[in-house]
Amino acid sequence: MKNWKSILLYLGVVYIVLLLGPIAGFDLPKIVGEIVSSPEVFIQQLLVGLVNGALIAIIALGYTMVYGIIELINFAHGDLYMLGAFASLTVFGAFGMQDGAPLGIAIPVMLVALIVCSVFCAGLNIVVEKYAYRPLRNAPRLAPLISAIGVSFIFQNMGLFWGGLKAFIPVMGSNSAAPKSFPDLLPRVDIFKALGIQTSIVFTTKDLIVLVVAVVLMVLLHVFVQYTRLGKAMRATAQSRDAAKIMGINVDQIIALTFLIGGALAGSAGILVGLYNNTIVFTMGFTAGLRAFTAAVLGGIGNIVGAMLGGVLIGLLSSLSDQYLSSRWTNAWVFGVLVVILAFRPGGLLGENVQEKV
Amino acid sequence: MLKRKQQTNQPMNFSQKSGGKSPTRPKTNSTQNLGAAGLRKLLFAAGIASLCASCQNPPAPTATTPGGSPGTSPAATPVAVSSPGDPNTVKIVSMLPMTGSALGQAQTLVNGIQQALAETNSKACDGKIQIQYEVYDDATAAAGKWDPAQVTSNSNKAVADGSVVAVIGHYNSGAAKLSIPVLNQANIVMISPANTYPGLTKPGKGEAKEPNVYYPAGTRNFTRVVPADDLQGAVAGNWAKSLGVQKVYILDDQELYGKGIADVFEPTAKKLGIQVLGREGIDIKASDYKALMNKIKALNPDMIYFGGTTQSNAGQIIKDMRNVGMTPEAVKFMGPDGIKEQALIDAAGKDAEGIYATFGGLPPQELTGAGAKWYTNYKAKYNAEPEAYAAYAYEAAKVAIGAINKVCKNDRAAIREAVLATKDFNGVLGTWSFDTNGDTSLTTMSGNVVKGGKWEFVNALKLE
Repeated sequence: MKNWKSILLYLGVVYIVLLLGPIAGFDLPKIVGEIVSSPEVFIQQLLVGLVNGALIAIIALGYTMVYGIIELINFAHGDLYMLGAFASLTVFGAFGMQDGAPLGIAIPVMLVALIVCSVFCAGLNIVVEKYAYRPLRNAPRLAPLISAIGVSFIFQNMGLFWGGLKAFIPVMGSNSAAPKSFPDLLPRVDIFKALGIQTSIVFTTKDLIVLVVAVVLMVLLHVFVQYTRLGKAMRATAQSRDAAKIMGINVDQIIALTFLIGGALAGSAGILVGLYNNTIVFTMGFTAGLRAFTAAVLGGIGNIVGAMLGGVLIGLLSSLSDQYLSSRWTNAWVFGVLVVILAFRPGGLLGENVQEKV
Repeated sequence: MLKRKQQTNQPMNFSQKSGGKSPTRPKTNSTQNLGAAGLRKLLFAAGIASLCASCQNPPAPTATTPGGSPGTSPAATPVAVSSPGDPNTVKIVSMLPMTGSALGQAQTLVNGIQQALAETNSKACDGKIQIQYEVYDDATAAAGKWDPAQVTSNSNKAVADGSVVAVIGHYNSGAAKLSIPVLNQANIVMISPANTYPGLTKPGKGEAKEPNVYYPAGTRNFTRVVPADDLQGAVAGNWAKSLGVQKVYILDDQELYGKGIADVFEPTAKKLGIQVLGREGIDIKASDYKALMNKIKALNPDMIYFGGTTQSNAGQIIKDMRNVGMTPEAVKFMGPDGIKEQALIDAAGKDAEGIYATFGGLPPQELTGAGAKWYTNYKAKYNAEPEAYAAYAYEAAKVAIGAINKVCKNDRAAIREAVLATKDFNGVLGTWSFDTNGDTSLTTMSGNVVKGGKWEFVNALKLE
């Protein structure tokens, strides 16, 4: 019976792939030909995908950590990241930062902004955990999930309101809900050109900085969770809350800590994405959240390394689809691959094979 | 690596503050827990809800309530379409996106309508008829722009309110597509200041069964005071040619308006000998378009044409275009009237400099005669610059008031006919008429460019 079901599932997946392929312009010989004839374009798109993937991965970490410890899909996380971006824009506005401000001033201000919005998002996340999730911790699984969706709406409206404070924060522009222009502060030196390599590939210091910061954040988190006492307590709490409690771990505090770290990461992601894309809008949390959530599921939800892997995979997949297929179909491919992977490995790429109901 | 086991609903009450629960019955526990926290949360939610309610419903501009019962809520479930209440009171409704990034534009449209009403003291037929005005919001915060469910519920609300005789809207053609059929069956006329999708009125310019699918009652109820996109797309092609463009890459936002206008631009460009390098639909919710822009850059275009609006992420597209190294000197960017608003400049910042936009009419500052006078009045009244469509909203309101003046009673069908019969209307846009489709006879368009952080009028464009 179970076998029969899984065969049906595989057939379904094959059907989706066969259906999508031709419509979306999936023509393998042609694509291979294009890659061979201009490998530079291919490498360029890999780089774009890598940086975007790293940004997705940072947000995905917040999802996966919270899921790992209390099995809650925190739908408000994407919107928290949006608020982080708004907070950093406000800090930049307060310091009067504008496009192409001199680095000597920009770097300290960026550090201040990074700290301010990490602390802001972390604090907000702890408050939300305390008032929206903790009272529901022993309730049926659906209750905190819906609570999270509610928080997501509150955050979105906070962003909308924030954007309308143009009387106090002039950088918000003239229109409350329009996308906001984010100052372009990171230096933009073409690395290959500076090294004297003749190529059409463009990889600027801006991309490199974003990539490095993202990787550093991810490595720090990994080290923290794997090699510190608090990290150990987090893992213990994730494994069994009861046992952890008996062992003298303050479970409430550890969960709050998880939300704190997740919030800080969301804040850092907000400022990084702002500096990288130079536009922020109050609805950006939803899409980014969806992608990051997908990345977390793809890698195996609850698994930190998996979230990073999933993020990078999604970034690469979308940039390559934009180049060789059609941007019209990029989302279909991203979620199609998700379907395929979940069909064959329900726990995600690096996850365990545990049956879950959400 | 965080791992988890499948323990979820275990009681674990040792540290719960609201004690007194039996640890052997987890189910009751959770519900009790919910109940304990529920009251506080409910109060909190109610607070939030009331906040939202107060900010989303701007106070109706005309405070006069219809005869008697000032307490009756308009939200009461509509039972019958009839019962117009006071026969001497009619209502005009505007359906515009008052939430999301179109708000700035929509607010100036509402201002234009209020201005038109204020000039007549909200009265018609020598004071016999009282005209009320209500603002419906067709957008939701969740969508960030117009929302299909919201449009449908608004249309039903208008139909159910017996005093509604005319609707001014929408801003988005996709929204109009949904509301026209509903209003059509109730004989409510819609006058649009901004919907430019050709298929709404013109046969053969849109999908196969358009426009008849929108008019199930068999009569027309939709008119627009703004020229349709079949003209604008063509004019854009001509303009691009005269700017010296030879190779163009076309993008659209996969929405009715944006795709429609790109669909007209593409053949025009080809006909004029401009090489079309490619055509692509974008995901308007994507966080960036660097990969796509790298792909386009490799093809060396002179211009990117984008069929879309500010809400469909035009600002990000422009930023990423410059981010991957397509300079304003080498690659131009052109879009339709959907991007000709201050919000786009706010979004794209310095990268907005030098981008082009066509507009289905003249910008407010360029209007002459009655239009120039209107422009001064508007600025004096609201102490702000009107956005592109404010004059059209004003004109639409004037058309509605004119029709009410002719009919002088609360009669939807008669007012619908009066609006459609508008001929040689002498308004702020000049003297014009509606044709049998409900389209304006005006065809003057304009080309605009961003200079010094402001939209600047370049030249008037005519269809060749």
